[in-house]
Order: sequence, then structure tokens, then C-alpha cells
Amino acid sequence: MVCEMETDQIEEMDVEVLPSMWPDDVGTEADKQFNVEKSAGDLDMLKEVDIAEKSAMADLKRLPELMNTTDQGTSQLTNLVKQWEYMQDHAVRLLREELQILTKQREEAEAKELKIIEEHNFESQEPENVPVLDETSDLFRRFRQKKRDKLVDSKKIEIDEEFDTIAYWKQKALSLGKMLEASTERERRLMEKLNESLKTMESHSAPVEELTQNLKRAEGFLHFILQNAPIVMGHQDKDLRYLFIYNKFPSLREQDILGKTDVEIFHGGGVKESQDFKREVLEKGKASKREITFETELFGSKTFLIYVEPVYNKAKETIGINYMGMEVTDQVRKREKMAKLREDNAVRKAMESELTKTIHITEETMRAKQMLATMSHEIRSPLSGVVGMAEILSTTKLDKEQRQLLNVMISSGDLVLQLINDILDLSKVESGVMKLEATKFRPREVVKHVLQTAAASLKKDLTLEGDITDAVPIEVVGDVLRIRQILTNLISNAIKFTHEGKVGIKLKVISEPSFACDNALNGDEEVQNGLTETSVWIRCDVYDSGIGIPGKLAVYLNALPCLFKKYMQASADHARKYGGTGLGLAICKQLVELMGGQLTVTSQVNVGSTFTFILPYKVATSDDHSDDQDEFSDMVDHQPEPDDTTEGYFQFKPLLGSIYSNGGPVIGNNFLPHKVMVTSPIKLINGFVAHPSDDIEQSETVQVENGGYTDESRLKNSSGHCLGSAHQYENGNGRCLSKESESCSSSQASSEGGTVEMESEFTVSSHREEEKAERDLKETSKPKILLVEDNKINIMVAKSMMKQLGYTIDIANNGVEAITAVERSSYDLVLMDVCMPVMDGLKATRLIRSYEESGNWDAAIEAGIDIKTMEDEQVCMRPTNRLPIIAMTANTLAESSEECFANGMDSFISKPVTLQKLKECLQQYLH
Amino acid sequence: MLGLGVDRLQADINRLLTSLFHQGVLDEQFLQLQQLQDDTSPTFVYDVINIYFDESEKLLRNLRLLLVDREFSDYKKIGLHLNQLVGSSSSIGARRVRNVCVAFRSASELNNRPGCLRGLEVVEHEYHYLKNMMHELFQLEQQRLLAAGVRYPM
Repeated sequence: MVCEMETDQIEEMDVEVLPSMWPDDVGTEADKQFNVEKSAGDLDMLKEVDIAEKSAMADLKRLPELMNTTDQGTSQLTNLVKQWEYMQDHAVRLLREELQILTKQREEAEAKELKIIEEHNFESQEPENVPVLDETSDLFRRFRQKKRDKLVDSKKIEIDEEFDTIAYWKQKALSLGKMLEASTERERRLMEKLNESLKTMESHSAPVEELTQNLKRAEGFLHFILQNAPIVMGHQDKDLRYLFIYNKFPSLREQDILGKTDVEIFHGGGVKESQDFKREVLEKGKASKREITFETELFGSKTFLIYVEPVYNKAKETIGINYMGMEVTDQVRKREKMAKLREDNAVRKAMESELTKTIHITEETMRAKQMLATMSHEIRSPLSGVVGMAEILSTTKLDKEQRQLLNVMISSGDLVLQLINDILDLSKVESGVMKLEATKFRPREVVKHVLQTAAASLKKDLTLEGDITDAVPIEVVGDVLRIRQILTNLISNAIKFTHEGKVGIKLKVISEPSFACDNALNGDEEVQNGLTETSVWIRCDVYDSGIGIPGKLAVYLNALPCLFKKYMQASADHARKYGGTGLGLAICKQLVELMGGQLTVTSQVNVGSTFTFILPYKVATSDDHSDDQDEFSDMVDHQPEPDDTTEGYFQFKPLLGSIYSNGGPVIGNNFLPHKVMVTSPIKLINGFVAHPSDDIEQSETVQVENGGYTDESRLKNSSGHCLGSAHQYENGNGRCLSKESESCSSSQASSEGGTVEMESEFTVSSHREEEKAERDLKETSKPKILLVEDNKINIMVAKSMMKQLGYTIDIANNGVEAITAVERSSYDLVLMDVCMPVMDGLKATRLIRSYEESGNWDAAIEAGIDIKTMEDEQVCMRPTNRLPIIAMTANTLAESSEECFANGMDSFISKPVTLQKLKECLQQYLH
Repeated sequence: MLGLGVDRLQADINRLLTSLFHQGVLDEQFLQLQQLQDDTSPTFVYDVINIYFDESEKLLRNLRLLLVDREFSDYKKIGLHLNQLVGSSSSIGARRVRNVCVAFRSASELNNRPGCLRGLEVVEHEYHYLKNMMHELFQLEQQRLLAAGVRYPM
């Protein structure tokens, strides 16, 4: 009870008072009385406390044995002996010292005695030494008197009798005898003292007693320490029977413990374990520690930290163990609690971080998705506005540069629109918002149009093919827009990654694929439509002879999973080289799956790829021509051509030749389609005339028609493409791909019978010649400028600047060349570098000036320049007005402006030359 | 990837140029060069810089040969070479190269051989730095052109 209360307290207190290991209320009175009071103050007290022996139990018979047989016992005894010896040594030393002191004293005494004797001798001889002369003897006596007073004060012998009388000598003898007596007496006393101290020395030399006392003191100290320590100590023999125990459980008596093993004493959990542990130590012969929790009836549940070490006898054989136990129940409990808390903490933290991460990701994703969708939508409307306006702008009169800028603008705008549409499409499909339309359409036409469109914007030497087997129905029902989108996407992909060879679409009817067996689409649709339709599966291959997709030849998309992931391209290198959003295939796949089909790919690197999609369609009844027909069939309806509907093979070749290969500013210069489109009709060689007004009208009608089943943006986009691609003409990439012309040319082509070849050449207007003439005219009036400069770079830069300013220049590389050039033809201006090899600009200028003054090149010839003298008349005919020479200086000390002027230069431009400087200079000197 | 790539690359190019201007590696003259580039010479800057590198390489090699020779005394020749280098560097706006060249030149005017050697080291260092930077710039430019050239046929 008390114990528990104590432990409770301990849990709350940081600074704990170590409780007694055993409860206070157990144990016998007899045992208790030997317990030392706890209030042990100073250590000094220890000495006074005479601790009664017997706070331990020991088998006294066997303990000495143990002491004698074990190493530890022996060493202890040796220690004791050593200590005793040391003490003896000490005592001997002390005695010796005392002896020394005594000897010294004796010596002193003897010395004194000797002195006294000497004195007396002197005195006795004194008379003989006394000089006869009274005066001197008197003096001497006085001195002697003095000396005697001082030195032998105490021993002064009072002699009343006259000197050298019998009485005198008697008296003297008497006094000397007395002194001798005193001396002997002193000697005797000293001898006594000596004897005494010798006796005490003898009494000191009882070692056993002293040792016993010392031991008692040490034991008392140990008892004092140990009794208060919460440890149990014991010694057990090799049968693990207790020979000695200290601080045993109070209720146990000597006979309960000694000679017994743990198992015999206690019962309960942990006892066996401790026994085993002790045995283990005994066997291994290696001291070790272990924590053991006891569950005994005697003292309940307590954890002990037990230290067991083996004890050896002198023959190094284990004869038992020393055992020490410390109660650590509270510590263990706390430790466990702590560990648990820590564990909980860690788990909680991990969970927390996991949660926050998840939350974060979810939020991010949601926000990103939301934002992407909203932004795409928000961007799309103004962007369509921008692109639309740009398109309108492109129909106005623009110069070359403006047109180019505008083209870039429109194509970039288209690109962004495409991207945004992709994103929107994808999010629509993902969120399941996208709805499919069921419209009647003709697969052949769709394929043809897709190919035509692709061919129109083709920049490479590729053949586009379309091959549709006869089994494919003329008209089927499906979402034509989406199918077209898929086809366009795949084709444009194929074209993008194919540099030569073929790209094509193959259509054929197949039996119902295995993956669609459980697809309930057929029945549902039929019921919904209420039409007598049969379903057909059409397989569409889009193949190319392109670079292929790196990766193993794979039949199913699972093997090429990356391709169909959003924003993923086959490799980073390809992304860089070919560009693209990476959304295309993902959208295609999603769309195909949405329509109940499957998109797969097979590919071989450097051989080509084939994208295959299988889709179910319903076959429409052929005689049903309702209003909801798609644009293509609608178009066809205007010019019914029976062949067109069944034509199964198309081929488109790129519009190579003059237009494409020439591609460049020349065509851009001369060919101004916007003019043509707006004001004058343009004649296409392949036989039909497209009126621009028609163009616009038609594109509008297309919009209206499309409006029925597509979203506006797509329409805008597609119509935008018409115009955008029309502009490409101006770049010299000469292709027309507006839908209107498509339809026209397709009908045209079909009447020709199968192969549609688009060739467009335009009549070149006379505009070009006019311009040329103008240029020629300008050329003649152009000022002639000579640049004298040795630095290639500077020449390039200056030349380019002059070009931009509208001048052409001649170049001379040094002063000599400059003079030759000036001599040969007349220039309106010379730009002269100052620092040049061979001849610098200053000298050259001087020579030119000298020529201007004298009218001959004598000075130059003198300077060693080889001038082929021309006919004198010609020389004379030369205008002698001053040729402006402008120095180009690098602004160094060597090229000061003063020097330039002094050498006859008119002005100078500091290097580096800028457009502005050049322009100012030219304006000053050329007008 | 496409449309965004162009912007990103352009931004990269601008950033690179800005930092080069900021460091004083380039100056306004480089902008002059860029202004001169038009459709009739779409690779003008590239061409000029390339020629500059070719020429400068030669000049630097010559300078090194001249200076390594122990018994050399033709400081005038060094001056000529340096004039060339200074001229072309300032023409393309390679400010730092130009400045260190000027320092080098003044050392050569004083016939200070150790100064010349040091000058050469510095010039070479600056030159290589410029070359690296230009290389990076052109690569970015090339990527940008590639990215800008790709279109979506629809």
C-alpha cells in the first residue's frame, strides 16, 4: 500500500526520493533494529556510529572457505596484509624519527657537559695564566668576570674563600660535584623517557586489533551505504544456492534463504527466468545484465535489473556467482510509457503528414482542373476574337512585313485555340459531359476530306492515300465530327513524324471484335432510333512510313502505354523536335472508347506506325436523305455524282515544284493574294474559278450548317483554318485548303475519275515587272559609297546597316585599295577606317586630297601605289569637287579627331558604328 | 508544348541577353546587330558572330604565338592584332572583350611583356566566356525557331 502510494507520487515528481526497495511494514522487529537510521548526516558521523554487525546473513562456516578459495578472497587478504605492512612501516618510521630526536638531544647534552668541563679546566688553569703585572691582571680579570657573567651564568660557582686556599678548592670541588649530580640526574631522566617511548612502541605493535578496528570501520561504512541502497546482493554457489545475501526481503529469515535456490525461495513469474539467467552466466563465465520482471506472491510485480558475475577459484574454475539486483519497476514503467507515447506520436505525425499531403494534392488537382477548364474557356472567347480580327485584318491591304507578322499572329492564335480546344475536349470526355451525335455520313467522303485537308497543308514530299474496301457501307450513322477529329489527329500525327513515303487511311469492315461482345450498344441504339438498322464494325488503319515509335513492336496499346497518356510524348527529344501538345492521342483514345471502340497502335522504329481504331456504326438506309445530313453529303447533293459515293481509293500528292521549292520572299513579294481575293478573281489552273465573295459566303454557310451539331469554337477554328491556310500562300508555301475549295475540287476530281491532284499556280501579275523597273531607276540615282575597312566584322556590320538604310557600298580593305578604288570610279562618300594595315586611313586621305588639288596621282605613285594611269582626258574630266571622307575612329589617343581633320577628313564617326550615327552622317553628306 | 515552348524559349533568350547585358558582356551594339537582321538576312547575327569567332580565334592564336616567343619584340604587331580585335569586338558589342583588349593594348604599347601575357590570359578568358554564352544563345534561338515553325494542320 505504502509502496504503491509512493510510486504514484513518484510518477508525478521529477525529482524523486529513492524509496526503499522493500515495503516498510514487513520484516521482523529483530531485523529492523539493526537498520541504520536514514538520517545519516555528515560522513564524519560515520566514525562515531558503531554499526552492529549483522545486517546480512551469511553462512559463516562457508564464507571463510569462500574467502580462502576464491581469487577475490585471496586478493582481499593480500590487500589487508599489505595495509598492515604499510602501517607497520609507518610506525617504524615514526619510532625512528623519535629516536633520532632523542639522540640529538643526548648529543646536545653531552656537548654541554663537555663545555662545562672545559670551562672548569680553564678556570683551574687560570692562575697560571694570570700575568704578574697587576694592572694587566686586573684588566684581564675584569674581562673574565664579564665572560663568566654571560656564559656560565647559572652555573656560576659561588666561592667565598680566597683563591688558592684549601677552603677555596674544597668549595669548588663541592660545587662541581653538585653539577655532576644534576647532570647524571638529567641523563637518567632521558633514559627513562627513552624506555617509556620504547614501551609505548611495543604497545602499538598489535596489528590484529588495529586491523579489526579498521575493518569494522570499513564495514560500518559499507553497511551504511548498502543498507540505504535499493539493491540486493548475494552470492550463490554453483548449484545456485545462496551463501550470502544482503538486503533480502524483510520477511525472509536466514534459514529461509541460505542454502536455497531462487526457485525454492520464491514462486511466480520471473523466478525461473532469473534462475536460468544465472545458470547461463555460470556456464558462459561472462558477467552480464538483464532486466527481469518478477511476479511473486511475496512482493508482487517488480522489475529488477540483475547483474550476475561468475566467481572463480584459484584454479580458474567457477564456483558460483555474485548477484546484484536493483529494482527498476518505476523506470521500466516510465520507459514503456514513453516509448508508447513516442510511437503514438510518430504514427500520428505520419498520418497527419499523409493527410495533409493528400489534401494538398486533391486541392491542387481540383484547383488545377477547375482553373484549366475555366481558363481555357475564358481564353478561348477573346482569343477567337483576336484571331478573327486578325483574319479580317489580313484581307486588308498590307505590306509584306505586316503580312508576315499577321501570319505569325494568326498561326499562333490558331495554335493556342487548338490547344485550348484539346484541353476542353479532354476535360469534357473525362468528366463525361461530352455527348455523341448520331448523324448520317459517308465514310469515303470523310476520309477523302481529311486527306485533302492534310495534303493542302503538307510541307513535305509525302503521298497521302485513302483506301476503302467495297464492303464499307456508303452511309453509316455515327458522330462524324468526332470521327473526323480522330482521323485528322492521327493523320496529322502521322505526317508530323513522317519525312518521306506514304501516309494513308485504310477502311474495312470486320466482324464484331471480342472486346465488344458484352457491349450493349447495338440493341440500345436500335431501340432508341426505332429504325431498322444493322450495325457494322469498321476498322480504320492510319499508317505511315515514318520514324516509328520507339519501343518494342506492340500490337496493343498496353504495350505502348505512354503514348496515350496526356501530355506525354514518345520521348523528350521528339517533343523538342516535333512539338505538339501531347494531348492528341489521349483525346483520340478517349473519344474512340467513348464511342465503344478501341484504339491500338503497332509500330516499328524507322519503318512506320499504324494506328488502328475499331468502331461500331449503324448502317443507314440508303434512300433516307433527310435534312440532318452532314456537310459533306450536303455538298455532294448540290452536284450529285454517283461515282463519288462509291469511290474507294484516293491519292494526294503534295504540291511540289515551283511553289514549294521556291518558297521565299520572291513569291511573297509578287503574289498578293489578299488583293486577289478581295478585288480580282484568281485563276486556278485546275480549271475552276473561285470568287472571293463566294469564299466568304460559303464559309458562312458552312458555319451555319455546322452549327447544328458542333460547338462554336470548333467551327471558328475550322473556318479560321481556311483563312489561315489561305495566308500561307503568301509565304510561298502555296497551298489552299479552305473547305470550300476542298468541296469544289473534290467534286472536280471525282468527275475526273478517282485521283485528285491539287495543283495551283497563279498567274503572275505585272506588278513584279513594275517594281523591278522602279528599282532599276532607283539604282541609277543611288549614291556610291566606298567603305575602307580592314576588319571583316566591321565590314559585315556596316554593309548590313547600309543595306537597311537603302544603300549599297563598295569595300576597300586598306588605304591602297581605297586609293585605287577612288581612282577608278567616282564615289559620293568615303567611309575611312583610320587604323589599317598596309596604309592607314590618314595617309590615304592625304593622298586623295593631294590628287584633288593637283589633279594627278603623283603623290600616290610616289608612295608606291601602282596606279594604272588612265587616259589624260578622263583624269581631267573627273569632277574635282571635294570628296567627303568620313573617318571611322575607335576613339583612342592615336586616332584623335584633330588628326583626322588635319589630314583632310571631313568628319568622323566613332566606333562602333550604329545605325543612327550612320544615318545622320549620310544625311549630312549625301544631300 | 508547342505554343508554350516558343514563349518559354523566347523568355529564356531574353533572360540570357539581359544577364549578358547586365554583366557587361554585351552592349547596345549587339542590339544594333539584331536590328540589322531581317528577312533578307535571317541569320545575320549568327553569321556575323561566327565570323567574329573565326577571326578572333586566329588573332588570339597569333597573339599567343607572338608572346610565347622569348625573343620577341614586335609589340607593334601585337598592337595591330589587338586593333583588329578591339574593332571587331566593339562592332558586335562584345564590351568586355573589347575592354580587356584595350587594357592589353596599352600594356603592349608600353612594351610590358608580363602585362601582355596577363592581358592575353584575360582576353582569352573573356573571349571563351563570350563564346559559350553566344553558343547558348544561338541554341536557344534555334530551338525557338524550330518550335515556332511547327504548326498544327487541322
